[in-house]
Amino acid sequence: MPDSKPQSAATLNYAADTATARDAQRARASARAILPVDRREFVRFPHLYRVLHACMIVSFLTLALTGLSLKFSYTSWAAKLSRLLGGFETAGYVHRFAAVVMFFTFTVHVIGLFKQKRRDKTTWKAILFGPNTLLPNKRDLHEFVATIKWFVGMGPRPQYGRWTYWEKFDYFAVFWGIVVIGSTGLTLWFPVFFTRFLPGPFINVATIIHSDEALLATGFIFTVHFFNTHLRPEKFPMDTTIFTGHMPLAELKRDKPREYAELVASGELEQHLEEPQPEIVVKTIRVFAWIALGTGFSVVIWILYAMLFAYR
Amino acid sequence: MILGVFFTPVCQDSLAAGAAALTTSLCRQLACRSITRLLALFVLSASFAIQGVAAQPTSDDCLACHSDKSLTTKRGARTVSLFVDQKKFAASVHGALQCTNCHADLEGKDLPHSTPLAKVNCGSCHGDEAGQYTKSLHGKASARGDALAPRCVTCHGNHDILPVKDQRSAVAPMKVPFLCGQCHREGTPVQTSRNIPQHDILENYSESIHGEGLLKKGLIVAANCASCHTAHFILPHNDPNSSINRRNIAATCTKCHANIELVHRKTIRGELWEKEANTLPACVDCHQPHKVRNVFYSQGMADADCMRCHGDERLKSADGRSMLVRVTEVAGSRHAKVACSQCHSQVNASKVRPCETITHPVDCTACHAEVGQQYQLSTHGQMHAKGDVNAPFCKDCHGTHHVLGKHNPESLTFPTNVPDLCAKCHREGNKAAVLYTGTEHQIISRYQESIHGKGLLKSGLTVTATCTSCHTAHRELPASDPQSTVNPKNLPATCGSCHHGIEEQFVQSVHSSAVTKTDKPLPVCNDCHTAHSIRRTDQDGFKLDIMGTCGRCHEEIAKTYFDTYHGKVSKLGYTKTAKCYDCHGAHDIQKVTDPRSHLSRANVVATCQKCHSDATRRFAGYLTHATHHDPKKFPFLYWTFWGMTALLIGTFTVSGVHTLLWLPRAFQMRRELRAAEAAETAEAEDEKKSGEAASDSKDGDDAGQ
Repeated sequence: MPDSKPQSAATLNYAADTATARDAQRARASARAILPVDRREFVRFPHLYRVLHACMIVSFLTLALTGLSLKFSYTSWAAKLSRLLGGFETAGYVHRFAAVVMFFTFTVHVIGLFKQKRRDKTTWKAILFGPNTLLPNKRDLHEFVATIKWFVGMGPRPQYGRWTYWEKFDYFAVFWGIVVIGSTGLTLWFPVFFTRFLPGPFINVATIIHSDEALLATGFIFTVHFFNTHLRPEKFPMDTTIFTGHMPLAELKRDKPREYAELVASGELEQHLEEPQPEIVVKTIRVFAWIALGTGFSVVIWILYAMLFAYR
Repeated sequence: MILGVFFTPVCQDSLAAGAAALTTSLCRQLACRSITRLLALFVLSASFAIQGVAAQPTSDDCLACHSDKSLTTKRGARTVSLFVDQKKFAASVHGALQCTNCHADLEGKDLPHSTPLAKVNCGSCHGDEAGQYTKSLHGKASARGDALAPRCVTCHGNHDILPVKDQRSAVAPMKVPFLCGQCHREGTPVQTSRNIPQHDILENYSESIHGEGLLKKGLIVAANCASCHTAHFILPHNDPNSSINRRNIAATCTKCHANIELVHRKTIRGELWEKEANTLPACVDCHQPHKVRNVFYSQGMADADCMRCHGDERLKSADGRSMLVRVTEVAGSRHAKVACSQCHSQVNASKVRPCETITHPVDCTACHAEVGQQYQLSTHGQMHAKGDVNAPFCKDCHGTHHVLGKHNPESLTFPTNVPDLCAKCHREGNKAAVLYTGTEHQIISRYQESIHGKGLLKSGLTVTATCTSCHTAHRELPASDPQSTVNPKNLPATCGSCHHGIEEQFVQSVHSSAVTKTDKPLPVCNDCHTAHSIRRTDQDGFKLDIMGTCGRCHEEIAKTYFDTYHGKVSKLGYTKTAKCYDCHGAHDIQKVTDPRSHLSRANVVATCQKCHSDATRRFAGYLTHATHHDPKKFPFLYWTFWGMTALLIGTFTVSGVHTLLWLPRAFQMRRELRAAEAAETAEAEDEKKSGEAASDSKDGDDAGQ
């Protein structure tokens, strides 16, 4: 973007975060038809990742609902939910189907990494240890310390890059979760096969690990992840970036100043800009996201109820 | 020397014969007695030996040995005295006879005889009696080798038989009841092990008019056992030749009660008495054998006499009830052949109004004695005895003149009608239900919805259990009564009367009091299946409730069941999962340590395979009752759980603190954002206004031009 007025553009885009701001911007644009305004947005996530995240949401929510109804079978909610899902037997099939979807999502993501490597003609070293890596590194540690300092008023907001340390944590939490929950889940799915080489009580152990790890995953996603990405007051009520793939430039500048600065410095920013998604797409995405959020919160309330008031 | 030679062959013979117990005993005696007696005996023996060859023995010869009171022999395991009382024998009817007259096989034998004598054949003189005896019940039994069968000596004795006229004779009239009673009284092997339809025979007889006449009043002409049953020709009552067969009983009774038909004129119209005995009641129908009472009917009455008044529709009792008796009602009933006066027994035919002497209601126990006894023991009977007006009496359930058998679908007591019959009092709110203080409520409606009720009332299966099947028809007692058929102690047997196979399994299971000795109450059928609302066990309701049912006693183990997969899915209403009885068995539950248990080492894999068809031994190691709350029993589960919990708490604590710290900064950013937005909007407004102003002036310019 040929930034003729960096200062005012920054302020302008800074305000263009919310929908209202965007509306105002559009009103302004129509009012000043003579002044063409660059409405292009930064593309943070490619198509594949948007789709994978949506698949993740659907399968994860499904797994959570069907699985927790079994874990909290002693609550009246569980029985009702199970009936709603077509009875326990159907719920079981749905759970396993959703698990397959999630494994599929995971596989596609890993394949995607390989493809990306080939397309970008880069090396694993560059991907894993480059500036935009998802692997935690020294900088994350520094940023974490700086963030705590910022929280307690002892410093400025760190200049976050493409991936913040909490985003990296979220990402690897999923990796870890899929491995732990997935492997124990397979044990429970095929107990006869697994007890050919594992002792019978391992099924009991697998049950505990599977269900408690799932509790951790659902609890974490529906509280911490929701807060970190959607409910943060400055992003409230939600951040649609992962769904639309787009991020207003102002938000990029504000949220990931280092990434912005680097893109500007390398002159690659222009390659990453796109026209906003059509209105209807954004609306649909919002409806979908709201359902996902609502379901997640309901699950959290149910978990709290089951753990605090009905625990046995 | 001669004696010595004689002695030796006798002993050798006896040893060779082996079975010659008599001589063996002699030898033994000889060995132990004093020399003098020994010598004396030797002399005697020698003289027998000499005489034996010469002529047949006289009674004196026999008594030479048999007058010795200590003479005994072994028969099987018993020691039998061979002493013959010479005095008594001389005084007996056979006193003039020689031993050999009866012991015919002594003829030509050497004395002392080495082998036991054959049984005496009394028939050689008493041919007729012996002939009758052979055909009789006793004779046939004896021929079969029945050890309990009496023979001549059993009743008549042997050497001391007295004339029948002699009051001291064992078969004198006064003694006959006791003689027969030796075998035919309660508790004897004959009475307990042989099929004898009558009971308390001796006792009943002694209280009957015959017994009283004979035993109390000493009337030796009063009938004793032999008078009716005959002395030697005793046959079962269903034998057409028997003196007590229905066809012959009248003849038997009229041996003494000549012209009795005159007394029974009105009941049986005299002329039918012997002509058509099979259509008539036999004597014993009214006058029960052995229980013949002093006053059974004061006098006979013909039904027609009753119907003279009771056939009239206008006949009313003092309290206004119709006293009409419809002949058709009685004719179609079980009592079609019973005369009015047999039930309304206090009538007096000599009165103009024969029924005016009636003081008591009909007593059905006159005929239905056994049922009456049961009724008296029942709660109904006990209430009735106390004069409770609510207590049901015979007619309340069976009706009056139109009594029908329980196999008649019209009958009030036909299986499908029983629930409604009992409901008259036991339906919730009715008179018996309001008096009831126990825990069973809505019994009728619950029964109707139960598997038994549906089977009986909807499917019309008359073999299905109805009220009386469990509670009995006449001896119902509260479950708390140890005599009750529904008392926990007796319940398995009660249910087992239909569910026999289940009972067989149950009595061998841990839940049976025969197997487990404990102070704690053990469950019986109704504890799991309930009493009146018994459900099908293959339907969801029962399947989902069974864990709670077992859990009433097995509290801990039920709780841990719900901690594992099977329990959790069953909580969600899934019935195909393993429930208590799928693994432990339903009625054949054994301790898991018992090899018969479905969960014993030998059986557990097969039990798992019922659902998990390819289950292996290691798969069977899955802990179906595991809990992660017990560090001693399941340490690895306990530590896994707490490890996971620590991970959860740790993660949530760190991220929770992180989020809380973030919150004020995030709000701050939001405020700044809003402020910037406001500034932007204001700026935009300004721009808009200035823009509008510019266009306005432009418009004005256009207009000006």
